[in-house]
Amino acid sequence: MSDLQQKPVNEERRTLLKAGAVATGTALAPGVLLFGAAQARAPEEPASDKVRWGMIIDVNKCADGCNDCVTACNEENGLSGATGPQDSQWIRKLNIRHLKTGVETSLPMLCVHCEHPPCVDVCPTGASMKRADGIVLVDRHICIGCRYCMMACPYKARSFVHEPLTDQNPEVPRGKGCVESCTFCVQKVDRGENTTACVEACNAAGHKAMIFGDMNDPTSEIAQILKTQKTTEIRADLGLNTGVRYQGI
Amino acid sequence: MLSQQYCLEARECKPALFWTLMGAGGLVLLGTLYAFFTLEHHGHVLTGMDNQIVWGLPHVFAVFLIVAASGVLNVASIGSVFGKRLYKARAPLSGLLAIAMLAGGLAVLVLDLGRPERLIVAMTHYNFKSIFALNMIFYTGFFAIVGLYLITLMDRSLNPWSKPMGMLAFLWRIALTTATGSIFGFIVARAGFNSALYAPLFVIYSFAYGLAVFIVVQSVMYKWNEIQVDPRILARLKNLLAIFVAASLYFTAVLHLTNLYYAKQWEFERFILLEGGIYPLLFWGGQVFLGGILPLILIFSPISRHPATVFLAALLVVLGGHFQMYVTIIGGQAFPLDLFPGYAESSTFYDGVVHPYTPTIWELLLGLGGIAIAFLITTAAVRVLRFMPQDDLKELELELKPH
Repeated sequence: MSDLQQKPVNEERRTLLKAGAVATGTALAPGVLLFGAAQARAPEEPASDKVRWGMIIDVNKCADGCNDCVTACNEENGLSGATGPQDSQWIRKLNIRHLKTGVETSLPMLCVHCEHPPCVDVCPTGASMKRADGIVLVDRHICIGCRYCMMACPYKARSFVHEPLTDQNPEVPRGKGCVESCTFCVQKVDRGENTTACVEACNAAGHKAMIFGDMNDPTSEIAQILKTQKTTEIRADLGLNTGVRYQGI
Repeated sequence: MLSQQYCLEARECKPALFWTLMGAGGLVLLGTLYAFFTLEHHGHVLTGMDNQIVWGLPHVFAVFLIVAASGVLNVASIGSVFGKRLYKARAPLSGLLAIAMLAGGLAVLVLDLGRPERLIVAMTHYNFKSIFALNMIFYTGFFAIVGLYLITLMDRSLNPWSKPMGMLAFLWRIALTTATGSIFGFIVARAGFNSALYAPLFVIYSFAYGLAVFIVVQSVMYKWNEIQVDPRILARLKNLLAIFVAASLYFTAVLHLTNLYYAKQWEFERFILLEGGIYPLLFWGGQVFLGGILPLILIFSPISRHPATVFLAALLVVLGGHFQMYVTIIGGQAFPLDLFPGYAESSTFYDGVVHPYTPTIWELLLGLGGIAIAFLITTAAVRVLRFMPQDDLKELELELKPH
């Protein structure tokens, strides 16, 4: 052992190891830092598949006759609020009555942002698409207005713009001849607000029936509920793994 | 005088009739273009279509033309693939009608788009999981294959190629109609669709509609050119039509009987077969009786040897085909989506209620434009090239002997 200790130190080897460590650190550090930054994404960065935006709606807290979520959506996204057969409705209050028991329930219905969206499958041009973070959108630049997505959507979530529009919200471009639906207020999400107009309105009214968040973040409220409480997907039989879940149905 | 130079034989030259027909077709097409630009300017707000009935009358005409286009090619296929002389003489007209009707049908679909000026986008952006995108490839391929097939049929030096090209065209058209039926078969959410049966159903419908259109067109061409068709030829064509019509009725029955076996489909079947207002009426009265049973009665009646009877039977099949498309496409959408089975639903977005639909004149004009385009292409082509079916009865003798 003493022989070994007395051996002269190989300085060259140490220098090489040091250089290697510095090089490795330099190579890894930006990645580690970027990963940290991904939690609060800068607007110019693409959406990340580490996130999946979702919503839980507790129908027991949803007040009968309250329409605040619908009004807020219309205001945020520049919809007229008209409810004719040809008018766009991105979110609607749906009243359901059990045919046997007669129990009535009121709930908001919107695009449920499926993991396997039929609207995306059928779209011929790829205009109907799902972002990496799970938000299902229509690319207004390549939608040709064929309406096959409206035929395919099991939730009747989509609307077709039937006439020219004026005074639009610049953040929410819409146009005659294209199909549109709830975007999970993608403009707010991309600004880092991480909420939607309907959820804000529901909270402001004191009902707190809607929760929006990242289903993949174990610390988020939505992930906690999904983990500990029973939630229901509408038309779960279709196996679409919806991003909007319900409680109390 | 100019027009006379274009006709093939003196007895076929009826310039006044030719230009009257072209003028009539052109007028209808003008109306279609007027409707198109009006809708392009004002939007689909002028139509009866809405967020509930998203595909309307234009699609009824368009899908009929596309399905019949693939079916009309069967006449050529029987000639080239199975070597029947009777049908070989009719192969060029069959190919021409196939191209003309597909062009008409696709034109209607394009003119009805929300953003028709983005057709180039549809040609350059493909989502290959979409049956719609695959159909665009099938449709363009159909034009190319049938076009080449027509050349092999009409250019004597290329005649030997007509059999392999005919085989390719036959396989391609089966794939095309399978894909067209699947547009509806793949709609998982709606009770009226979502069935693998739609693919073979549309194939068999195409057999019937295509042959019926062929008989109608041939009858009119013969009449205008004062040609008497051999009754035995007519008998062959009408018997084949009867088989296709009966098979269509059979597949329709299977579709509904299958649905009647599934409890979850009962409400839809009650709607479409009994209580859905216009739809059961069009189904039983239009599709089944006028388009199915009555043509069969006419074909097998003692008066069926008369060309006018066969013509009427074929015309009824074409009419019934339009009723069928109306019931399938619009009836399938009129029945509401069931988001919560076991619950009654209501909302401002018309959940849980049967969706009404009243087509407007604009939609009718768009739809008629498809027929006008097919008509104009056929009329012009028949004028300048040899598409008129002409039989060499001596050669046919063997084939026409009773089996």
